[in-house]
Amino acid sequence: MSIRVRGVTKHFKSFVALDDVSIDVESGSLSALLGPSGSGKSTLLRVIAGLESPDSGTVELDSFDATQTRPQDRGVGFVFQHYAAFKHMTVRDNVAFALKIRKRPREEIRARVDELLELVQLQGFGHRYPAQLSGGQRQRMALARALAAQPKVLLLDEPFGALDARVRLELRAWLRRLHENTHTTTVFVTHDQEEAMEIADSVVVMNRGRVEQVAPPRVLYDEPVNEFVMSFVGQANRFGDGWVRPHDLQITLDPNGTTREALVDRLAHLGHEVRAELVRDDGERLTIQLTREQADQLELEGGQIVYVRPTRETVFS
Amino acid sequence: MHRFAIRFAALGYVGVILLAPISMIFWRVEAEGVGKAWSALTAADTVHAFKITLILAAIAVPLNTAFGVVCALAIVRRRFPGKGLLNAFVDLPLALSPVVVGLSLFLLYGRTGWIHFGQILFALPAMVLATIFVSVPFVAREVVPTLREIGNEQEQAAHTLGASGWQTFWRITLPSIRWAVIYGVVLTAARCLGEYGAVAIVSGRISGRTETATLRVQDYYENLDQAGAYGISLALCVIALAVLVVMTLLKPKEGTA
Repeated sequence: MSIRVRGVTKHFKSFVALDDVSIDVESGSLSALLGPSGSGKSTLLRVIAGLESPDSGTVELDSFDATQTRPQDRGVGFVFQHYAAFKHMTVRDNVAFALKIRKRPREEIRARVDELLELVQLQGFGHRYPAQLSGGQRQRMALARALAAQPKVLLLDEPFGALDARVRLELRAWLRRLHENTHTTTVFVTHDQEEAMEIADSVVVMNRGRVEQVAPPRVLYDEPVNEFVMSFVGQANRFGDGWVRPHDLQITLDPNGTTREALVDRLAHLGHEVRAELVRDDGERLTIQLTREQADQLELEGGQIVYVRPTRETVFS
Repeated sequence: MHRFAIRFAALGYVGVILLAPISMIFWRVEAEGVGKAWSALTAADTVHAFKITLILAAIAVPLNTAFGVVCALAIVRRRFPGKGLLNAFVDLPLALSPVVVGLSLFLLYGRTGWIHFGQILFALPAMVLATIFVSVPFVAREVVPTLREIGNEQEQAAHTLGASGWQTFWRITLPSIRWAVIYGVVLTAARCLGEYGAVAIVSGRISGRTETATLRVQDYYENLDQAGAYGISLALCVIALAVLVVMTLLKPKEGTA
């Protein structure tokens, strides 16, 4: 199902959560809404689900104006950051909820729930209560629950935000595989740019209730439209009037006219990569990314004076 | 040392303030003679009084339960003008002396009052009104904090899964607040059984017609029939204890479900 949002504005008292937002989500795509907290990304997702109604603007689902449609009639699956598990029901009953509401035959429900529990690897947990599951298991249960009625759109609000790092990585990969198998139109909210870049086909970058840029991850990184996107997506250093990525800075030991002098403040060894924190003569700080070989060759160490030169610079007018 | 101090303070307080007087009733019934107490309990007017008490509770408890749940939902989940007032006025019966409640009903429905139709005062209708009035707050007071605590995410999840408002209420909201509701119902029922002041004024306390069990205790006491008074008191105590025991037996299951 395709999603088309046009001119949506939403206030919470005097706070502008969404300011004239328009986006298009292609049918079958996997999109991320990325932005810092308070950027309006969750509100936008909730407007698409019908959990918030916009002050103005429209939401179209498959070219049908669904702005006034109640959430229960939109055919969307929604996954909450804190799972929203039905605490008084077993895992099975949680997953079966949408099917019971639709009064499906008992046999069909049982078969479908078994299939879903297998999909999220919770076979054998059907008779437990949510309180007896770990965070990752609860979120997988919530995913199975949202998928039960075969929604045409799957919306996830910071689905992995409350989980620890390892579980988060596992579930990311799992979500990506799920999407490859089902091709359900999926939109997820995240403040983690790595998460967005890793799984989304298309990333919507939001800031202060507005859409800054919509692009595939690679384009977003290589051709950011403004300083906000440049600095929010991936790391970036301010360099004179322009911006430069940490791996687009070259370090030399001798000046050559186009270089700037800098002091090596700190070196961090991250396996194959070495990150150098530099302070320029005018006090600006720079982060530079090098391979271990490059760092070894330069014999870099803290307190050393070096010369830096950008190999690729972006200037925003 | 500190641990024990707190424990003894709590137990001692409960013992002196609550348990000692109540155990006196058991002891006095024994002393006055079980036979006398029994004949007071089985007297036609006493049986009638218990019947009236049950009727009052049977009307007031369901009404106030429904009102309490709706009222709590309105206070926690909705925004509307006058919400602050509603929230404050629900507690009014807790603050107001029951005698004042009785008197105000008396003035409203009495000969000089505004409303006249049929026999309201000195009959069941006024007693029902008084009982409902004094037992309004309990369900709402129990349910409001629980509703706040569980939040509305589960309800939103139910909506996105296709449940209507009504289905969400029965399948998600009500099961989530069931303990608060049950506790509220018990408190409401207890208030209905024990109400004295308001009901005393509007009922006229006519033996065999408008007397509740609690009024009957006073009736016996005023007629210097102590055995009768203690006998009925004992019956009321036993009901209260039975309710407590049932609640305690049921409650631990909450953790697993």
